[in-house]
Formats: sequence, structure tokens, C-alpha cells
Amino acid sequence: MTIKLGVPSKGRLMEKTFDWFGERGVTLSRTGSEREYSGAVDGVDGVELVLLSAGEIPRELAAGRIDLGVTGTDLVREKLVQWDQKVEPLAELGFGFADLIIAVPACWVDVDTLDDLDAAAAAFRAKHGFRMRIATKYHRLVRDYLRMGGVADYQLVDSQGATEGTIRNLTAEAVADITSTGETLRANHLKILDEPPVLKSQATLFRSRLSDKSDENREIMQTLCNTLGV
Amino acid sequence: MSSLKANSEALCLRAAFEQAGATPVDCAVLQPAETLLDLYGEDIRTRAYVTQDPARGEQMLRPDFTVPVVQMHMADGAEPARYTYSGVVFRRQEENPERDSEYLQTGYEVFDRTDPEAADAEVFALFAETLGGEGLRAATGDMGILTAAVSSLKTSPQRRAALLRHIWRPRRFRALMDRYSGRSAVPQTRKALLASSDPLDIGVPVIGLRSEVEIADRIEALRADAAEPPISQDQVDMIDEVLKVSETCPYALANLRDIAVDMPEMEQAVDRFARRCDALAARGVNVDKLDFEASYGRTSMEYYDGFVFGFYSEARPDLPPVASGGRYDALTQRLGQGKSIPAVGGVIRPDILLQVREAQS
Repeated sequence: MTIKLGVPSKGRLMEKTFDWFGERGVTLSRTGSEREYSGAVDGVDGVELVLLSAGEIPRELAAGRIDLGVTGTDLVREKLVQWDQKVEPLAELGFGFADLIIAVPACWVDVDTLDDLDAAAAAFRAKHGFRMRIATKYHRLVRDYLRMGGVADYQLVDSQGATEGTIRNLTAEAVADITSTGETLRANHLKILDEPPVLKSQATLFRSRLSDKSDENREIMQTLCNTLGV
Repeated sequence: MSSLKANSEALCLRAAFEQAGATPVDCAVLQPAETLLDLYGEDIRTRAYVTQDPARGEQMLRPDFTVPVVQMHMADGAEPARYTYSGVVFRRQEENPERDSEYLQTGYEVFDRTDPEAADAEVFALFAETLGGEGLRAATGDMGILTAAVSSLKTSPQRRAALLRHIWRPRRFRALMDRYSGRSAVPQTRKALLASSDPLDIGVPVIGLRSEVEIADRIEALRADAAEPPISQDQVDMIDEVLKVSETCPYALANLRDIAVDMPEMEQAVDRFARRCDALAARGVNVDKLDFEASYGRTSMEYYDGFVFGFYSEARPDLPPVASGGRYDALTQRLGQGKSIPAVGGVIRPDILLQVREAQS
């Protein structure tokens, strides 16, 4: 038996994950050609490396097809209903920091709080005949956040990329997106609301609560966790 | 729970409603999402199933019958009208996956402008009789009372409108009351905005559909609001008093009459409550034992704007209400394209009714 560790398949997130495990005595590496998604684990026996898109790792954890996975808190919370019953966070890895925030045009000098956003949305709907549009790909998180904040008269429009541009293109009035430095927002003449973010996210090692828990797998998991110190 | 049993129970209930004079109607399972989204906002997406049709756009599996029945009546219904229907509705249960996401509803809706309080009583008495004892506890309320209390607040029309808009969101409503009565501090950002002589002059381009005029208009409104005196403590207490009313109908009525002495604009709403009590008594409902709660119905469906009611099992308090309903005059106006008609109705959940009966025997 082996346990499966899911790791983002490319980019900085993969490299930093490899570094994090490496510093703790577990060497992860890609095998085969540059383009082949297969990998190897050295330092602990019985662990198999699975390279996946970061966005698919929450689903694979929830289904129990992988035992451990590295992905952002934002993706886990957005994609999994009752996430805490399906996965358990084992360690925050200290990189991949990003806040999910709500941003509006910087010229909206009258809008800084959720209160303001709600009032502006009411006036907008009365004037334009439709609900104020907020572009995002984090539908569930943003909807929950706005409901808790008592914001009405808005609608979410789906945006899977270049979200900051939707306002200039007149397909949305505000955006809810991930930002780490806020530079893209400023370049697009947007400002972040003066409120706590929807979510503070970072790369996190999660354990599936639903994967196979044979004695042998438990033992491998324990050894790995001891080695990693989590 | 056998769905066959629930199905035959639903048909019995619909037959009883037909017996009471209702015309049976049916509605499409797939409803255009736009209408429902426009009515309820984004929150409906957490409660209803949305599906995509390449030709018709976004569709929703009907989360209830009321909206399509109102649309059908407003399009070509003769007056007065009584309708009954029976069928499945679909609700997403993200927060409570153990609850059913597909269940039957059998309903009865009255569109009649002659005597709204008599129509309220007709629906409630019919439901009480159809459900037949069953060890059920009835809860009633009236959204019109709270609405009237807020409408009578001595403050600017803009503040009253903002409070009315959030009457269904108790937390937000409370926060607005605190702000308007001067109990919560003005945010720093707002202070800075109001202190600035030319707040629009910050050297950033105006982008997006919301124009500079709209921004200037809101700043103007904020300046006017800042000049508005706070809502007095007496008035805040009065709203709290109204929200606290929870007793049997005669005591609730006496209590509300006392409050209305200081809020004459509430009188009409309290009169309606009194007439409804009489109409209920005339239908044989024991009004002296009937509970009334002024805040009942405040967190449920946004379209109820008058009388609201629900029937709950005393033996199975864990179950959702066996039946629920209320008055939704404003909904007929929003879906009526210029027309409106007073309307009241409710639904029974046959599956819950069967479970309650089981617990009883």
C-alpha cells in the first residue's frame, strides 16, 4: 500500500512546495521528461507523488483519491461544501499568500465600507434597472461574505481571468479577486474596500478525512508526519 | 418515507383545496432564472438549483410555486381567483445536507381584493381544518405591523427607506438603527469624505458604468444625512417594543394598541390585525389561544409583507414547519407589470405531515 500526496503540477507553487518538503528531509522530484506529470518521493517509504492542477486538489482530497494535498485555503473553502468535514489542515506552508478582497473603482470616493457598497448598490439598481455586478470566480465565498455583511441588490458575474479589466469593459461595477500586493488593482485604478478580507489564504498541507485508512496507510502517514514535524 | 404515500397524501390535500373552491393549476419545473434572481438577489443561488440552457439562458428548478402562480394570474387571471397546485420543489441544502433537496408542496392561493383580512382568515382556517389537529402548534405574525412602525419613525424618508429595505435582515437592520440613532461611531473614511471640500478631486480616472454624477449624488445624500438629527431613544425603544411582542392574539393586540398611541401612523396596521382576529374568530379559530409574534416571518422568504403563519409539530420540533404561508401583495405588483392585487396563500408539505402523523400514533 502507498499513500498519495497531491502537489501543484507547475510553477512557483510546485517549486516552493518541493523546497518546503526538502527542508524537512523529504525530497520530491519530477521524473521523466520536462512535460511528463510524474514524480518521485525520497526520504519516506510508501508515499507516491501525484502532480495535479492546484484547483483540482480540493476535489481529489474530498473524494479520498489522494491522502494529502498542497493547495490554497481559498480553493478548499470555495470548492468544498462543509470543507472542514472533508479535509483537515495539517500545516500552513508560509508561501502562496493571497487575500480574497473586494475592490471598487478608486474614483468611488463615497464607497469604503460594506455599508457604503450596499447603499451604492441600492442607488445603482434604482438608476440602471439591474443589480450592481461584482465579477469573481469565488462565488460561494463572496456570496457568504456579502450576506454576512448585509449587502443586497448585487449580482455576481463569473470571471475566470483578467477580472480587474471587467470594470473598464463595463461588464462589472466591482470585483472580488485574489491579490497579494495589490499592484494589478492599482494599475487598473481600483481600490480595496476598507474591511477585513473575504479570506486570507496561503499554501497549506491538507489531509483527506475520507481516504483509505488501513493500518498500513496509517503507519506511513504517521512516519511522514513525524518526518515533516506536522 | 415512501414517496408514493406522500404523493397520494398530496393529491388528497389538493382535492380538499379544490373542494374549498380552488382551481387546480400546474407550473413548469424549469423557470427562467432571471425573474427569481431579480426578486431575491444572489442569495437565491444558495437555495435553488441553477442550470444552463444554450437557447433559453439560465434556468432554475422551481424553488416554489408562488412566483409562477402569481405570474400566471397576473398575465391572464380572472378576479377573484383561488388556485391549488401540487408538485415537487427543489432546494439546495448546502448548510444542512441531511435535509431533503426535493420535496412535495401542496398549495392554496387567493387573489381577491374585496376583504383582505377575511381572505387571510379563510386561508388560515382552511389550513387548520385540513391539517386537522395533528398536535400542531400554529405561529402567526404580521410583517405589516413592523413595516408600519418603521414607516412612522420621525426621521428622513431616506433613512426610513433604508430601514425598510433591510427589514428582512435583522442584523443589518439593527446596525442601521444604531447608526441613525447615534449609538455607533461614524467610520473614519466617512468623516474624511464629509470634511473634504472637493472629495471628487483625487486625480484618478472615472471608470465603469457608475458615473461621476451618481457618485456626487451619493456624497450629497451623505451630507444631508449627516445633518439629520439622530433618531430619538423613545423611537428606538418603540421599535424594540414592537419587535418584542409575542403573546396570544388578544394580549398582542392590546399591547400594539398601546404602542400605536404614540405612533398614530401604525393605527391602520393594528386595525387590520384587529379585523383579522375577528375574521378568524368568525371562522371558528380560537383566537384567544392563538400565538402572535411580531417578528415572525422576518428571516424567511422576502415576499411576505402582511399576515404570516406556520404550523409546527409539537412532537417533532426537529422537523421544518408542516405548513406555512402569508400575504404577498407587493409581489403581485412587482410581477404584475403595472397591475397589482392583494394576495395570500400557503403550502403544506405532505411528507412532513406524514412523519408528524407517524410520531403521533
